[in-house]
Amino acid sequence: MASHPMASHPMASLYASRRRRNIIAMGLSLTATAFGLGWLVLVLGALLWQGFSGLSLSVFTEMTPPPGSAGGLLNPIFGSLIITMLAVMIGTPIGILAGTYMAEYGRHTRLTSVVRFINDILLSAPSIVVGLFIYEVMVAPMGHFSGLAGSVALAVIVMPVVVRTTEDMLNLVPNQLREAAASLGMPRAYIIARVCYRAAQAGMVTGVLLAIARISGETAPLLFTALNHQFWSTDLTGPMASLPVVIFQFALSPYKDWQQLAWTGALIITFTVLALSIGARALTARKQS
Amino acid sequence: MEPAREATRRQPVVDVALQAGAAAGDAQSSRARALDDLRFWDNVYRRLTRSAAIGVLIILGGVILSLFIGSLPALREFGFSFLTEQRWNPVTEKFGALAPVYGTVVTSFIAMLIAVPVGLMIAVFLTELCPKMLRRPIGIAIELLAGIPSIIYGIWGLFVFAPFLQETLQPALITIFGNVPILSAVFEGPPYGIGVLTAGLILAIMVLPFITSISRDVFEAVPPVLKEAAYGLGCTTWEVVRYVVLPYTRIGVIGGVMLGLGRALGETMAVTFVIGNAHRISSSIIAPGTTISATIANEFTEAVGDLYTSSLIALGLILFVITFFVLAAARYMLLRIERRIG
Repeated sequence: MASHPMASHPMASLYASRRRRNIIAMGLSLTATAFGLGWLVLVLGALLWQGFSGLSLSVFTEMTPPPGSAGGLLNPIFGSLIITMLAVMIGTPIGILAGTYMAEYGRHTRLTSVVRFINDILLSAPSIVVGLFIYEVMVAPMGHFSGLAGSVALAVIVMPVVVRTTEDMLNLVPNQLREAAASLGMPRAYIIARVCYRAAQAGMVTGVLLAIARISGETAPLLFTALNHQFWSTDLTGPMASLPVVIFQFALSPYKDWQQLAWTGALIITFTVLALSIGARALTARKQS
Repeated sequence: MEPAREATRRQPVVDVALQAGAAAGDAQSSRARALDDLRFWDNVYRRLTRSAAIGVLIILGGVILSLFIGSLPALREFGFSFLTEQRWNPVTEKFGALAPVYGTVVTSFIAMLIAVPVGLMIAVFLTELCPKMLRRPIGIAIELLAGIPSIIYGIWGLFVFAPFLQETLQPALITIFGNVPILSAVFEGPPYGIGVLTAGLILAIMVLPFITSISRDVFEAVPPVLKEAAYGLGCTTWEVVRYVVLPYTRIGVIGGVMLGLGRALGETMAVTFVIGNAHRISSSIIAPGTTISATIANEFTEAVGDLYTSSLIALGLILFVITFFVLAAARYMLLRIERRIG
């Protein structure tokens, strides 16, 4: 190794083979990246191509059609909005409170490390299992499918995301801020509400946005909680249409109109999700800089 | 949201006690009362947050318990043979989990076979090769890929990817391996487009971003001194990755891979669209099959009879137990590398 590459001939071939191996490996990593990004382009490309051709005002103003005729996605869009909003309203407060305990009151307790571990598992647990869980505890006892059950199922998915980001963001708040507030005589709850939450605000909002992005495309937990509804429905105690479930149903149908609406719905969901995650990213990026 | 905030009506906290005193005349006692109030709300808030934290544990317990209770009728009826029985017949009410479990394992295996090497190589590219300027945009693009809901992959897989495979990859595989002794059985049958292989490939695309972003994070955590020392000795970039970065980050990478595996095992919608939903175990990977999650998604709302429903819930329980252990192992490994770095 100590000798100069060109100094001895027997070493030269070793250098050449090492260089060759390096070039091959680096070429592979470049190919892998192109491959990975290629899928993004292919999926989004197909989505834009298929989705845009069906995008019109009637998608947002008309109800889902019976088989074989044109219509829109008004009731599933509305249903999705209601279910998602309610899920966030249920899941966020619990998530923030739990995250607050973990970062503020019980940072080094055993409970916190156990909750963190379990929460991380819930974070990536199969969402269909959450659907089964809510079916067992809500739909079966109540005797019928309901939009409310769908919201609770999604809330179970929102919660771990919010717990995680709240804890992470509160942990980033410098301790000097807490100490300064405490030295002024502020009780702990006030320090958290007035100092810590304010400092961690942007990050916590990001967490909520990411959670919304996560649930706005979730289908599996809604299949047997909120079910589906052909018409306009604002009754949370009855079955409710939602965009992902309608996409699932329409895409697997043999009718061209329905398949087209499924693509358009998929486009709407993807744009919502991308907008939410880009927005969340922008929020934290501004905060950090 | 916080009761404490309402109690003081947005006044600076230090003033609360004094103002309360001024209003009431007897300064001493009302100050004490105001302080008691503060202490009371502080306690309330602490208990509230603590019960929310415990609530997270209760939910996990609730999931396990409810699935267990729900699957009791099936477990009582079939016992241990539920796991080893291949038949799934709603008419005669004979149910066995072997075919869905097999499908879940095989599709996830195909997915990991592709996603792990590709994901690691992308992470190598992002940490070692990529110009600084492109690092963030490409990293973000990969993460956006992770954020796309699985139903989008499903509809794309059904309408675009499966027909494409039916016309190109699958016939090619059948002709290439048709005369090879063992592999001919693996690629046997007509090219349907949909099937186990298609589901595995879609899963690969879906878990790729997870594996990439976690491996990138752990690669970036390697102390620069170690890499610089290796470069100083004259190592090539590949040798630095192979002999310094990978050994140092091994546990973290395995953790990331397990996390991806957890996703692949439990993924529902993308698979449901393209797997073909056939309850049988076929030696051919281009034949239709089923997975645990696809079976539940397809049949649950149509299931009639307690035993049928209960069998599906039992499938859910099996899935949850498998993913729980995979994810727990993943988190444990990631925790270990975090501790070493931190």
